[in-house]
Order: sequence, then C-alpha cells, then structure tokens
Amino acid sequence: MTQPMVRLSGLYKIFGARDKDVLHHVQDGMGKEELLAQHGHVLGLNNINVDMQAGEITVVMGLSGSGKSTLIRHLNRLIEPTAGEIIVQGEDVMQLSEDGLRHARQEKMSMVFQKFALLPHKTVLKNAGMPLSVRGEPEADCDKEAAKWLERVGLSGFENHYPAQLSGGMQQRVGIARALTANTPIMLMDEAFSALDPLIRTDMQDLLLELQKELHKTIIFITHDLDEALKLADHLVILKDGFVVQQGEPQHILLNPNDPYIEDFVSDINRARVLRVRSIMTPLVGGKVPKDAHGEVDVNDTLESMIARSGGDTSHAYVVKDGEQTVGTLDMTELVRALVPRVASEAGARQS
Amino acid sequence: MAFYDEIFSALGLSDWCGTSDDKAPLSLADLAAQARGEEASGPLIPIPSFDNLHESCNRIWQSRDVTNGIEEGFLAAKPALKTVLDPITQPLSWMLDGALWLFEATPWFIMVPLLVAISWYASRSRPVTIFVAVSIMLLAVVDHYDVAMQTLSIIFVCTTISVLFGVPIGIAMSKSDRLQKSVVPLLDLLQTLPTFVYLIPLIFLFSVTESKLYGIAIILYAIVPVIRLTDLGIRLVDQDVIEAANAFGMNDRQKLMRVQLPLALPNIMAGINQTIMMSLAMVVIASLVSAPGLGVNVLRGIRNLELGVGIVAGIGIVLLAVILDRVSKAALTRVDKTQVKH
Repeated sequence: MTQPMVRLSGLYKIFGARDKDVLHHVQDGMGKEELLAQHGHVLGLNNINVDMQAGEITVVMGLSGSGKSTLIRHLNRLIEPTAGEIIVQGEDVMQLSEDGLRHARQEKMSMVFQKFALLPHKTVLKNAGMPLSVRGEPEADCDKEAAKWLERVGLSGFENHYPAQLSGGMQQRVGIARALTANTPIMLMDEAFSALDPLIRTDMQDLLLELQKELHKTIIFITHDLDEALKLADHLVILKDGFVVQQGEPQHILLNPNDPYIEDFVSDINRARVLRVRSIMTPLVGGKVPKDAHGEVDVNDTLESMIARSGGDTSHAYVVKDGEQTVGTLDMTELVRALVPRVASEAGARQS
Repeated sequence: MAFYDEIFSALGLSDWCGTSDDKAPLSLADLAAQARGEEASGPLIPIPSFDNLHESCNRIWQSRDVTNGIEEGFLAAKPALKTVLDPITQPLSWMLDGALWLFEATPWFIMVPLLVAISWYASRSRPVTIFVAVSIMLLAVVDHYDVAMQTLSIIFVCTTISVLFGVPIGIAMSKSDRLQKSVVPLLDLLQTLPTFVYLIPLIFLFSVTESKLYGIAIILYAIVPVIRLTDLGIRLVDQDVIEAANAFGMNDRQKLMRVQLPLALPNIMAGINQTIMMSLAMVVIASLVSAPGLGVNVLRGIRNLELGVGIVAGIGIVLLAVILDRVSKAALTRVDKTQVKH
C-alpha cells in the first residue's frame, strides 16, 4: 500500500497544566476517570494510531466527550498534542515553524465547522473566497473561484447575501464552498452536518458524496451519528474515551463488532440499507456457479434492494457479479441471517 | 500638658523628641483657644493624628507637612516633567488652536450644510439629519452659533485623539491578560477621580493660557470608554470564527483586520459614542481653565449670577449633546445592521 495521506501515530493529548508529567501514567494504562481523580488532568486522546488514505473518506465516530473533535484539531494543530506524530503527506506537522504551519493550513488542509463559522460581515461570495484572499491572491481571482464553487454547491444567485440571511443548510453549503475554494487535498469536516435538520442533512451527505466522486479529496469527517458514518465512510474509526475501539471498513465493523460498546452502537441500525451484497456473499471457489440461480446481482447492491427483488422469498439464490466478472453467490437465507445483529441472535439462541 | 507626653516618656523617647522649643505655627484650634484665653481642651483621648502627636514630640511631623511635602515634591519634579511633557503635548495645542481657527473661520453658510451633510452620511437617517439642522439653526438664532462651534471644535479634536490612542490601547489589552490587569485599575482611577482633581496638577505643569491644558484634561477623562469597549469587543468575538480564521491560516494581522476589528466594531462605536459624551461633559469644567465655548457662558452665569445666560448656554450644551449622541448612535445601528442582516 502506498504512503497514507495522513498518519497519526502514538498520539496523546492530556488537558491540564502538567500534561507532559502525567503522560507516563496514561502510557502505563491509567484510565480517564482515574487520571482526573488522582491528577486533575483530563485525558483527551489516548494512543491514537490511524492511517488516512488519499482519496478516501475517513469517518471518526464517537459520542460527545470521546475526543473526536480534539482529534481532528490535531491534524492542523489547532490543538497541540502532548505526545505523538502527525504526518501529513510525508511531512511531520509537529516540526513545522509558525510560518510553515500557516502555509500548511492554507495549502493542504481546509476545514468545515459544525457552527459554520462564517464571517458575518462579509457576503457569501467573499466568505467563500476567503481562503484565497488570505493567501494574498488578487480579488478578481478569489471571486471567480468562489463563484465557481458556490455554483457547484447549489448557491448561485446568493453571492451577495449575508450569511445571516441564509438558512442553516445554505450556510453550511457556503462553509463547504469555502473549503473547496481553498483547493486543498485534505478536507477536515468537524460534525459538519450535525447542526442541520435530518432532511437537509441527507441532502448534504448526498452532495458531499457527489463532490467526492469527482474530486477525490482526502476527507476526515467527524460525526456522532452512526447512520451518517456508515453512509459516508470508506474507513471508519470508532473512538471512546479518547482511544480507538475499532477501526476498519464499515461493513466489516458492522458484521464483526469487537467490543460491547460497538455492538450497542450497531444494534439500532437499519442493516438492510447499510450492508451490501459483497459483505455477506459466499465467495466463488473453483468457479462453480449454482444452476438454480434466480438472476445476477451487483456486489454493491444493498440488502434492501435484494429483499425487494426477491419478493421476500428466502429460497432464492443469486449470482454476484463485479462488473463482468462473477465473484460469488448469494443465498437469501444468508441475507436474512445477516440482518440480525450478532448479540441479538446469540440472545435468541440462548432463549430457545 | 499634651495627652501623649507620658507615652513618649514611658517609651524612653523624650530625648529623641527633643525639648519643646516649638517654633512651628500654632494650629487653628490652638489659636482659637488662645484668643478665648484658655488651654485647648480636646476630647479625653485625642485621636493620634500627626498634629496631636507633634504636641508631645517635636520630631513628629505636622499634618501640613504632608501637603507641603506633596507640593514641594511636585514642584521639584516639575522642571523635569515639563521638559518631557511640554514638547510631547505641544502638537495638541496646535491641533486645538488649528481646529478652533478652522471652525470659526469657515463661514456659517458652508459650515452648517457641511455638518448636516456629515450627519446624513454618518446616520443615513432623515429624522436625525433634520433634527441636526433645526438644532444648529436654533443655536444660531440666539447668537450661540460661534460658541457652539468652539465647543464642537474642542470635542472634535479630543475625540479624534482619544480614538487614535484608545483603540490601539484596547487592542493591546485584548491580546494580553497581564496588560489588561495592569491597565484596568488605571482606567478605574481616571473614571472615578473627580474631574476638578485632573486640573490641579495640570495647572501647575502648563500655563493656563495654553490650550493643551484643557485638551489633556478632556482626553484623560474621555478616553476610558473607548479603551474599555475596544478591549471588550475584541474579547467577545465569536471563538468559532477565530478558530476558522486560524484553520485557514490567517496571520495575526489578517485576523485583527479581517475578523476581530470588524466584528468588534459595534462595541467600539459604542465606546466612541461614550467618549464623545464624556468629552462634552468635561468641556464645561475645562472652561475654568480657559477653554472657549458654551462652557464659558455657563461659567459666566454662575459667576455673575446671570441666570438667563447660564441657562441658554446650558440648553445649548444639551442640544449639542443630543445631536452628537443621535448621530453617533444612528451610525452605530447602521454598522450593526450591515453585520447581522436578518
């Protein structure tokens, strides 16, 4: 595998005056509550090791207080770590001078905020052009780029409005346009859609996926919403009390949660909508295709669409195709089994 | 026999105190008692003040020595202070005199439309502009136009200087907690010190005929709100927006000019409004030290018991105050509106 776009290794963050002095307690395995009780310091991040690949959406998920917003602010050093390495495009962010850091923030990483954080006294156009004007580019260029991205996020015609005149969803579109105008390879999105109502949120998620299909940015997305995480993530990182509970491909985590915390999390999910055929099919061994197949399906079809297609008949079986190639078979019985979370199925087995 | 004699002898300090070859002048109370031909009889135990202790012990000061000491200390420091402060503050005299000349020399048929135009430009409000025009004409009708312009010129200069110094000081305070902690008591002092008290050391330092004397007094009094509100305004800027500015790599100067100052502007404008009002309040007191303008007429009203003169000038000051307040407030709301358009 090629070098990751962003690599966090051995990252610790402790909030408090003597963070470096109490670090060894955490490294020796002291937990968040003990640290607070015995030393009066708050554990923010605990030995984070995450690789974020170029062109992927890495979603960091956790409940409030799990340290996810702290984590994302380490990438551009809005928060200084207590210990650890932050490598962006092969360059150690911790070694950057003040100027170098500012340069990296201008050219490498743009950010979208939960509360939008637009400049209230500037028009939408000037807000979106802000990253370029900070770099000192001529105003006409800033306006041109800003107008282009505003149109791309569906805000053409609103260039001369002020942020307060727009709804929350539209303000966040400005926030996204601003990040896109910066034209950075990395986009940091800190609970970008959490303040929006559910319908708008779905719209924005679709917009993000659509843009991503075209732009292939490296996106680090923070959320507390598992549905959102599963929808967007190429790589899912689950945080709890400042440490990574599990990370990997979202479908894999959903089917193989390795911690009761995650099992709790995933138990309320509409699995049929999230899981895809590729995650539950039986891989083809020796090129044998069942003769009684009812048809062909794509590896990336959701289980929901499969249920609709089979009319709920569990006796059906399908051939799974990835493009032209046959890659496996899908038994509807397997599909139904996958719909029940592991915990629930174990509980059911105990009862009978 | 003074009350504290025994205490000093009990402490074995009689020798140190020396004999009572009292050449110091008598205190007023003693003098009155002598005139009545009796020994001053105070309370049973007199308060241990310098004067009472002095009666028993010559080595101890009298209270008048304290005030004398302050005066002599100040007079001793005066030449040094004057050589430093005189050249620094000289431009203030020039500015005040220049502005005074300009406001007086400009014919009224240019000045009045100009003031009305400025009011319109600042407030963009028709009622306010009409009010300004009517008020100035009212002042002119009772022949107070000239004195009103004198007062206006003083306020113009003092407010400008207060803003020029106050805003940077406020910015510096917002950046450094330590500076804020050390400046705030000074600001409290300036605001609570009775206005006449400013004048006392200034009269000693500068000649009463110099215009900078009242200029300094007004500025010291009026600069406080603009400093306070600039500091407050910048500290109140939304932290999320500051974080966004950081995240997009703004340097400190860009942050200040593009984010902090524009977002603090409503507060700064409120500070300027207060500064104008306070310099107007001080302008009357400054007339005691030869500041020209409406204050002189008020003073005349008090000194010569010319009731009408005093009251007309007083109403003139009120009119001026309302004009300045309304125009600057209207400008403030206009700034507020462009910031948050709902």
